[in-house]
Amino acid sequence: MPTRPLSPYLSVYKFRYTMVTSILNRFTGVALSAGVLLLVYWLTAVAGGAHAHARAARLLSSPVAKLCYAGLMFAFSYHLIAGIRHLIWDTGRGLEREQARRSAWLVGALSVALTLVIGYCAWYGGTRAP
Amino acid sequence: MSLRSPLGKVLGTGSAQQGVHHWWVQRLTSVALVPLSIWFLVSLLSLPSLDYWVVSAWMAQGSSALLLILLVLVGAWHSQLGLQVIVEDYVHGVGVRTLTLVAITFAHVLIGAAGVFAVLKVALRSAQ
Repeated sequence: MPTRPLSPYLSVYKFRYTMVTSILNRFTGVALSAGVLLLVYWLTAVAGGAHAHARAARLLSSPVAKLCYAGLMFAFSYHLIAGIRHLIWDTGRGLEREQARRSAWLVGALSVALTLVIGYCAWYGGTRAP
Repeated sequence: MSLRSPLGKVLGTGSAQQGVHHWWVQRLTSVALVPLSIWFLVSLLSLPSLDYWVVSAWMAQGSSALLLILLVLVGAWHSQLGLQVIVEDYVHGVGVRTLTLVAITFAHVLIGAAGVFAVLKVALRSAQ
């Protein structure tokens, strides 16, 4: 392993809140990777028949699981909106420092709002955890 | 004229010529996941309950089965590409990095295959 500093050499940067939007996109991405695993576990449980589903449903409706769903709702909302910001950047738009700072706040606000909307629908929409 | 040094050529250092492809596939999968994930969330929230019979009837519909398979495959693909970049950024030991990347790739292929198999099993079971 080389002794020179390796990229990304995080400790040399001055803190900026736009850094939070960047690292949060990675964190939420990792959380959603776990979400894919959870989705496939659920699909496999349904494929296993009524008994296998009932066993999985007990696990999937535990308080810890519900806390995970709340986290996943935020991870999904944030990663979706931050991802759209990235796609807009890829067209060459919005890359100026001021624009990026403004869109960072917008991503934060919109993802919190979307999380609340999804949470509201999940809680009051008639759907209950399995 | 090549600007690469003979030493660099021999050591095989420099770009692996794969970066743009990785970047592009990550974008393609992200664009596909916008409608797929929104469809999944809206469908899930629209189900009257998440009981076994309700969910399996929903999974057995042709359109749901097809979109679920796409969601699992594209989601797993996007996840693999994303985790790969994180490992390449932060895991610096060559041996550990290679092992981690291989494990991540295998795990994602397994997850993708298991998801497709599960959806097909439900969809084809009720088609009989």
